[in-house]
Amino acid sequence: MMKDGRPKLAVFKFSSCDGCQLSILNLEDELLEIGQRVTIAYFLEASRATVDGPYDVGLVEGSISTPHEKELIKDIRRRCRTLIAIGACATAGGIQALRNWKDVKEFIGVVYAKPEYIETLEKATPVSEHVKVDFELRGCPVNKYQILEVLTAFLAGRKPDIPSYSVCVECKRKGTVCVVVSRGMACLGPVTQAGCGAICPSYGRGCYGCFGPMESPNVESLAERFLQLGVSRRDAALMFKGFTGWAEPFRKAGEVLEG
Amino acid sequence: MSGKERPLLINAQDFDGLLSSLKKLGYTTYGPTVRDGAVIYDVVDSANDLPIGIGDVQGPGSYRLRRREDGALFGYVVGPHSWKRFLHPPTVKLYTISSNGKILASVENANQKMAFLGVRPCELQAIRILDKVLLEGEYPDPVYAARRKDVFLLAVNCVEPGENCFCASMGTGPEAKEGFDLCLTELLRPEGHSFLVKVGTEKGKELISSVPHRQANDDEIELASKLLALSRERMKKKIEINGLKDLLYRNLEHPHWDEVAKRCLACGNCTMVCPTCFCTTVSEATDLFLKHAERWRRWDTCFSREFSYIHGGPIRYSISARYRHWLMHKMATWVDQFGTPGCVGCGRCITWCPVGIDITEEVKQIGKRDGEVKVKVE
Repeated sequence: MMKDGRPKLAVFKFSSCDGCQLSILNLEDELLEIGQRVTIAYFLEASRATVDGPYDVGLVEGSISTPHEKELIKDIRRRCRTLIAIGACATAGGIQALRNWKDVKEFIGVVYAKPEYIETLEKATPVSEHVKVDFELRGCPVNKYQILEVLTAFLAGRKPDIPSYSVCVECKRKGTVCVVVSRGMACLGPVTQAGCGAICPSYGRGCYGCFGPMESPNVESLAERFLQLGVSRRDAALMFKGFTGWAEPFRKAGEVLEG
Repeated sequence: MSGKERPLLINAQDFDGLLSSLKKLGYTTYGPTVRDGAVIYDVVDSANDLPIGIGDVQGPGSYRLRRREDGALFGYVVGPHSWKRFLHPPTVKLYTISSNGKILASVENANQKMAFLGVRPCELQAIRILDKVLLEGEYPDPVYAARRKDVFLLAVNCVEPGENCFCASMGTGPEAKEGFDLCLTELLRPEGHSFLVKVGTEKGKELISSVPHRQANDDEIELASKLLALSRERMKKKIEINGLKDLLYRNLEHPHWDEVAKRCLACGNCTMVCPTCFCTTVSEATDLFLKHAERWRRWDTCFSREFSYIHGGPIRYSISARYRHWLMHKMATWVDQFGTPGCVGCGRCITWCPVGIDITEEVKQIGKRDGEVKVKVE
């Protein structure tokens, strides 16, 4: 806490694309208020001026994918009273977790001129596999209003209003016509957590599962439905193994489909 | 209105006149229109906005539009929307309150007149059910009351049942008996496209007098009743309503609940499309400085785990328990609670279930194996 009583907020980045941090900066109408309510003590994406920890709230973007990050997250945990993982990378490993099914050494050999300079872990994993996390906010990227809600809730000492039901609920509230039923399209909405506002189905596409598995995802039944709709086993597997593919229910569904 | 009066007849091209008269009377006119591959309900400005010559093919978990050759205005079966959307909206801000306890704004001032065009008989029953639940209890819902106050109900009978319709079993269709201002039956004959009109209220009588009309002749009246009888006959889906409540009450531990749960996604689509499912969740949103709070109400679903969360955890943890709860409510406990089933036989939950779970089939399974009890694993 600062001398003026404002809590200290820190934003940290691990292996990620910075999109979730940008979602915070996209809170254009609210940023000034956030700046008044808390001290933005550490947020390199926004400013190189930093204030030392400890911090009241730490937001962590990105997965843990290098030996260095593995140590750094432990240090950050020690310096943050409340630690919140934000985004698909920090909560499920993210798109870079696709390597978890493959031989990462082979990738390095192919991609880098001097592979010996590269230090990486075999698997990209969510923050919660390494340290205790107080809250996980899903999304690829996170929904900026959900970020605001989580921040507001933690500052007020209440539970954030972040639903864990399916994307279908958001589709139906909006009045969007179901793409599975009306077009025979494969859509991960029924097994994916709400929060994005059902963006993809509103544009006539199936859900990609960016917000990860909902509270009780029946992946077996939906996978079966995809096959009935004429989706190949491989394509169905690739749908589950997407942005949040390393999250356990999706991982299992993908692996079962691939046989 | 006695309803015994001789029906009237209007030509199809005068339907537009009904619409403009409603607008002149200050109603916002809502009706069926085609969007994103489905017949949905939204504001319609003229008869041109209606799904002219559009029909549909439905199956469990499947819906496709088809073109009709006859230019029917109401040649489709109910789609994914229901009138619940307008009477009991998906998202409502209940009030804004400031930190000194002052309520800044409460429930929307809905001084709006809404006309619903093309309300199907099953939907009239759904509105009656919502009235009972949201208006006639000890604590009427002010949002619903404000919106329901001045609604014009222009019903249209169903001369063609959909593949998932079972209103005949539920006793709600295919012909509307009451609860409408006007009720139309669409007649497509070689000699012309017209509507047989039954007047239900004074409001309806006034409206119909604003467009050219005449008394229907015996042939026209007979044709309409023939079409409706045929529609009843052609309705393939059925549900045995006699004794259904008791059947369900004595099969709470039936193995079929678990069998459905293997397919059920617990996504909540069935409850969202159901024209009578009325459950909502209320949540507070605060600003960063805790100066203002807003209370929002949103459609909720008993298929979510959080729905039954009480101290210690959710009481309906398994999908099996959640499906049973929903079906039991629709077909059994609703009867005890409100005097009728909560199901009107519209078939939306069958069509819009992404995996095509069919309530009529699930009930049949339980009936076939009445009394079976699942083996408990200790």
